Amino acid sequence: MSAASFTPLAVTVFTPLVGALLLAVIPTLGLAGWVNLGLTLLEFAAALLMAADVARHGGIIAHSFHIDAFNVYLVVLTAFVGLTTAIFSRPYMAEVCEQGRITRRRMQLYHSMFQGFQFTMLLALTTDNLGVLWVAVEGATLATVLLVSLYRTPESVEAAWKYFILCGVGIALALFGSVLVYFAAQQVLLDPEQGLSWSVLYSHARELDPAVMRIAFVFLLVGYGTKVGLVPMHFWLPDAHSEGPTPVSAVLSGLLLNVALYAVVRFKMLTDGALAGSASPDTAGHLMMAFGLVSFGIAVLSLQRQRDIKRMFSYSSIEHMGLMTFAFGMGGALATFAALLHMLVHSLTKSAIFVTVGHASHIAGTQSIEHIRGLIRTQPAVGWGLLLGVAAIAGFPPFGIFTSEFLVLSATMQSWPWLTLLLLAGLVIAFAGLFRNLHPMVYGAAPEGQVAVRANMVPVVIHLLMVLWLGLSIPLFLSRWLDEVTRLISGGGLL
Amino acid sequence: MNLAQLPVLEQAIFVLAALALLASFALLAQTRLTASIHSFAWQGAVVALLTALVATVGEIHHLYLSALLTLSLKSLLIPWMLHRLVRRLDMEREVETIAHPALVVLAGAGLVVFSYWVALPIERLELASTRNIVAVSLSVVLLGLWMMVARRQVVAQVLGFMSMENGLFLAAVASTRGMPLVVELGVAFDVLVAAVLFGVFFFHISESIESLDVDRLNRLTEDEGGS
Repeated sequence: MSAASFTPLAVTVFTPLVGALLLAVIPTLGLAGWVNLGLTLLEFAAALLMAADVARHGGIIAHSFHIDAFNVYLVVLTAFVGLTTAIFSRPYMAEVCEQGRITRRRMQLYHSMFQGFQFTMLLALTTDNLGVLWVAVEGATLATVLLVSLYRTPESVEAAWKYFILCGVGIALALFGSVLVYFAAQQVLLDPEQGLSWSVLYSHARELDPAVMRIAFVFLLVGYGTKVGLVPMHFWLPDAHSEGPTPVSAVLSGLLLNVALYAVVRFKMLTDGALAGSASPDTAGHLMMAFGLVSFGIAVLSLQRQRDIKRMFSYSSIEHMGLMTFAFGMGGALATFAALLHMLVHSLTKSAIFVTVGHASHIAGTQSIEHIRGLIRTQPAVGWGLLLGVAAIAGFPPFGIFTSEFLVLSATMQSWPWLTLLLLAGLVIAFAGLFRNLHPMVYGAAPEGQVAVRANMVPVVIHLLMVLWLGLSIPLFLSRWLDEVTRLISGGGLL
Repeated sequence: MNLAQLPVLEQAIFVLAALALLASFALLAQTRLTASIHSFAWQGAVVALLTALVATVGEIHHLYLSALLTLSLKSLLIPWMLHRLVRRLDMEREVETIAHPALVVLAGAGLVVFSYWVALPIERLELASTRNIVAVSLSVVLLGLWMMVARRQVVAQVLGFMSMENGLFLAAVASTRGMPLVVELGVAFDVLVAAVLFGVFFFHISESIESLDVDRLNRLTEDEGGS
C-alpha cells in the first residue's frame, strides 16, 4: 500500500499563509475580494484531493503532521465553509465599505486576517504536535480579535477586548495542561523531543501516569472549552459574534468552535487511554458530559431573552456545542457518530444562518430583533432563507440536525435514560424561543421605506440543500467515513 | 524528601521559583502602575535566570536560547513597551484603589494552598521535587488570573495576563526541562503579538471610553444586547 501524498496537505495548509501575506499588500478592494475567493477555492480543491487520497491510501504521518479520518473530514469542512463564506463576503464587505463603515486600509487587514484565520485553523487541525496545536489556536484567537474589532465602534472594541482577555486566559490554562501532558510523557518516552507528538503519545497512552493526565485534562477541558464556548467561560462568544462583521460570525460559529472541540476530543482520547486501568476510567467523559449539559441548559434559557438577532443565534451555537460536548463525553459508538454528524450539520446550518442574518440586518438597518420586520414581503429570498435555516437549526425533521439530534437522544436513552428528558425539554424550549422571535421577523408587514438589498444567497442555498440531503439520506461514502472516525475515537463502529 | 540534600544549584532553582511567586504577590498588591510594571520585569528576569540555571544543571543547550528570549521579551521589551504606553497615555502617577487589599492578598494565599492541593496526587517518589515546582508555577498562573479578576485597570489586567504566561513558562522549564524549541518559539511569538495587540487596544479603549477602567466597558449586556 503506497502512502498518501504529502503535497495536497501542504497546499491546503500553506496556501492561506501565503494568502495572508499576499493580501496584506494588495491595496485594491475589488481585486483583494477575488484573490481571497480564489485562494479559498484552491484550499478547498486541495483539501478534497487530500481527502480522496487519504480515503484510498490511509492517513499521513509525516513532517509533524498527522492526518487520519477524523481531522481530514474537519479540514474539508473548514475549507468548504471558508469558500462559501468568501463567496458571501466579497460583495457584502464591498457594500460595507461603500457605506463608509470601514476604511480601505482596514479592508486590507480584513482580507489578510481572513486568510490568517483559515491558516491557523487548518494548522491546528492537521498538526501532530500538541504544542503547535496550542500555538495555532492562540494564533486563531489573535487573528479573530483583529477581525471582531474591525469596525472600531466602542461596542466592537469592548467585545474584542473581552474576547481577547477571556480566551487568552482560557488558552493559557490549556497550555498548562499541555505542559502537564508533556511532563507525563517524559516519564514514559525515551526521546523527550517526541513528548508532544499526538500519534506517539496515543500509542503509549496506557503507560501515561493517570494522576497527572487527570489533572492535565481538567486544565485542557477548561482551556480549550473556553473557545468551544462552554458555560461558564462563554461570555465572550455572544459579544464577539454580535459585534464582528457577519462573515466573521459565520466562520467563528461554523468553524472555530469545531476546532476547539476537536482539540478537546483529541486530548480525551489520550486521557481515556491513560485512565483505562485506573479506578475511574470515565472521568474525562463525565467531565465533558457535565460541562456539555450545563452549557446546553444555560444557553437554551439565555436564548429566550436576547434582543439582538446575532446574539440569539450565538446562544444557539453554545447550545449545539454543549450538545456535541455532551455526546462526545458519553462516548460509545452511537453517541460519537451522532456528535460527528452534528458537528457537520451544525457548521453548515449555522454559517448559512449567519449569512442570511447579515443580509437581514442590512435590509432593516439594525440587528435589533424588534426592528427587523416583514422580511418575506421585502425580500422573499432572505426571508425564506432565514425561516428555513431556523427550521433546520431547531431540528425540524427533513433536515440533517433532526437526524443527529435524534441519534444523540437515542444514545442517551441507551446509557443515561433520565437525561433524555432534560435534553428533550431543552430542545423544545430552544425551539420555542427561536420561533417566537422569528415569526414577526419574517412574516407581517414590512416597515415603510424598507427596500431589498443586493443579496447573494448562493452559499445559503448550497448549505441548506446539503443539510437537507444529509437529513434525507446520508450518502454511503460519508457514513463509512464517519464510521471510521467513530471507530478511531470510541473503539467500535456502528456499521 | 529533604530538600537540603539536593545539589546547591537545584536548591537555587527552588529559591528562584519562590522569588517568582513573591513577585506575583507584589504585582497583585501594587497599586502604582509604574511600580507594577517593574515588579513584572523582575519576575521575567527571575524566570530567565531560572531557565539559565536549569540549562546549566541539565546541560540542555537550547534552554540558554529560551532564557535569552525570556529575558529580552519578558523583562526588557514588554515592560519597556508598557512603560512607553503609560507615559503616552499620561497615567504615570495613576494610583488604582483596590477594593479590599487585605482580602485580595489573603485570597491569593488561598490560591497557593489550593495549587499545592491540586499537585498532591502527583505522588511518584522521584517526582517529589517536581511537585513543588508544579504547585509553585500553578500558583503563579492562578495569581495572574486572580489579578485579572481583582483589578479594574486595563494595564493591570494585561500584567496579570503576562504573569500567567510567566507561570506557564516556569512550569515548562522547571518540571519538564523545557518544551521542544519549535513550541517555545511559537509561544514567544504569540506572546509578542499579544503584547502589541494589547498596546493597540489601550488606545482604542481610551479613545472610546476616555478611561482605562474596565468597569466602564459595560455597553454589551445581556438585556440590551448591542445597540
